[in-house]
Amino acid sequence: MEFINQIINGLSTGSMYALVAIGYTMVYGIAKMINFAHGEIIMVGSYIAYVCLAFYGLPIPAAIIISMALTACLGIVTEKVAYKPLRGKGSLDILITAIGVSYLLQNIFLLLFSSSGRTFPNIIPAGNVNVGGLSATYITVITLVVTFICTGLLLLFINKTKIGKAMRAVSEDRQAAQLMGININTTISLTFAIGSGLGAIAGIIYGCKFSLINPYIGAMLGIKAFIAAVMGGIGSVPGAMAGGLMLGVAESLTISYISSDFSDAVVFGILIFVLLVKPAGLFGKNVREKV
Amino acid sequence: MSKLLQTKGLGIQFGGLKAVDEFNFEIDKGDLYGLIGPNGAGKTTVFNLLTGVYKPTSGRIIYKGGSLVNKSPTAITQMGIARTFQNIRLFKNMTVLDNVKVGLHHSHPYNLATAIFRFLPSFSKSEAAMDEEARSLLRVFDLEEFADDKAVNLPYGQQRKLEIARALATAPQLLLLDEPAAGMNPAETEELMATIKMVREKFSVAILLIEHDMRLVMGICEKIAVLNFGTVLAFGTPEEIKNNPDVIAAYLGEEE
Repeated sequence: MEFINQIINGLSTGSMYALVAIGYTMVYGIAKMINFAHGEIIMVGSYIAYVCLAFYGLPIPAAIIISMALTACLGIVTEKVAYKPLRGKGSLDILITAIGVSYLLQNIFLLLFSSSGRTFPNIIPAGNVNVGGLSATYITVITLVVTFICTGLLLLFINKTKIGKAMRAVSEDRQAAQLMGININTTISLTFAIGSGLGAIAGIIYGCKFSLINPYIGAMLGIKAFIAAVMGGIGSVPGAMAGGLMLGVAESLTISYISSDFSDAVVFGILIFVLLVKPAGLFGKNVREKV
Repeated sequence: MSKLLQTKGLGIQFGGLKAVDEFNFEIDKGDLYGLIGPNGAGKTTVFNLLTGVYKPTSGRIIYKGGSLVNKSPTAITQMGIARTFQNIRLFKNMTVLDNVKVGLHHSHPYNLATAIFRFLPSFSKSEAAMDEEARSLLRVFDLEEFADDKAVNLPYGQQRKLEIARALATAPQLLLLDEPAAGMNPAETEELMATIKMVREKFSVAILLIEHDMRLVMGICEKIAVLNFGTVLAFGTPEEIKNNPDVIAAYLGEEE
């Protein structure tokens, strides 16, 4: 029973990683860049929710919606200001810019809120769900449910709507998509908005799970989610989901059966192993470069 | 009375190389125009200029009375110029039906709110209309049975047809076909010629096509422009082009 409980905990943490990983993977799929500032976007989402709840005492749904909306806007603005002017230039330029954006955001929030952590309001009551011999906290269960709903809706959106088709078309062949009358700028903005909006949810979940947030929380969360996205096959939404869940479970099992100090080592070890065995990731396709 | 599309002194230079120079050309509603020339003559470059992929370094492009220079490929497509590609560029991992639907994208302006609130009737209505329109386009090209297959799994000749169907989905008035018969056997080429004629009749578009297959060009085009080293060598009817000594020299090389 203990083992299954640990798996459930792992799936829950993993689904938080998955939400963040989806942001990485979608942006990579459509804009062909790795947005290393994505972790910081999540930190911002978490702070916006914190401000709404703790400073203004807004109701929880309002705080969530405002946080998602503002974070989505932040995603669009970073793309327009920092990445769009570099489009078509080398990917190294964009990568460095993204790292710059990430430090910029981190430092703005250090300035605003200082490096000491803030207590995230309790929006999910403490307590356990007990089924059979299994027990999981509310936050664990809610995280899982929220992630699955979000991913399900996202997949429906991508596969069943006109805008989703435009996104897939841009991801396959940007130039051909343009020549079919699709506006690349709108599509890329929308991708950043969706990725960042989902990131806000992940940020709020982080706040609830650990009840303490500081301006550095985005860095580690971002790296782990990036690993999840690469493991799953970057560019693939189901891959990001699978990668996130795997990572969460591996981490949780390491913490409970080996040592909590060891968990990050295991995570990175798994990444190296997956990349050795299947370089394109679990759900990735091997794209042969045309010579 | 202005022509559908006109270019005046159109040119583009890559470094020291004039890929296209002083390209003067006009095409009118309903024309079926061929653009031929040896490899590297600049034919595809002309297409890239017309569709906004390249920005011309000189000259003008006038479409329906307005300039196309500095317009984005997206805008130009939305204004009614569609194209296919020399090396097929379908969205390989999307279904045949979805490929056509991507082409329909801009003519069905339902917005993000509708997509998010999918339970609204306007969503299902718009999606259903797009579905029907895409299917009827596929029917015209005898591709309906493949609607749910991935584009990459279609036989080569069918992929070419799908590219034309996808281009037509954008509701063009001018259709640019880049080597539509490339890699086709004689029977497929024969079928393609019939398809091109049918497209012109049924969709009332002007067609400008690049082609190396002289049987196709001479068989269906009414006017032909010959490009050599980026400049126009000759204009004329198939008969005139066939007997033009300059053209023959360009293709076969002059005798010393």
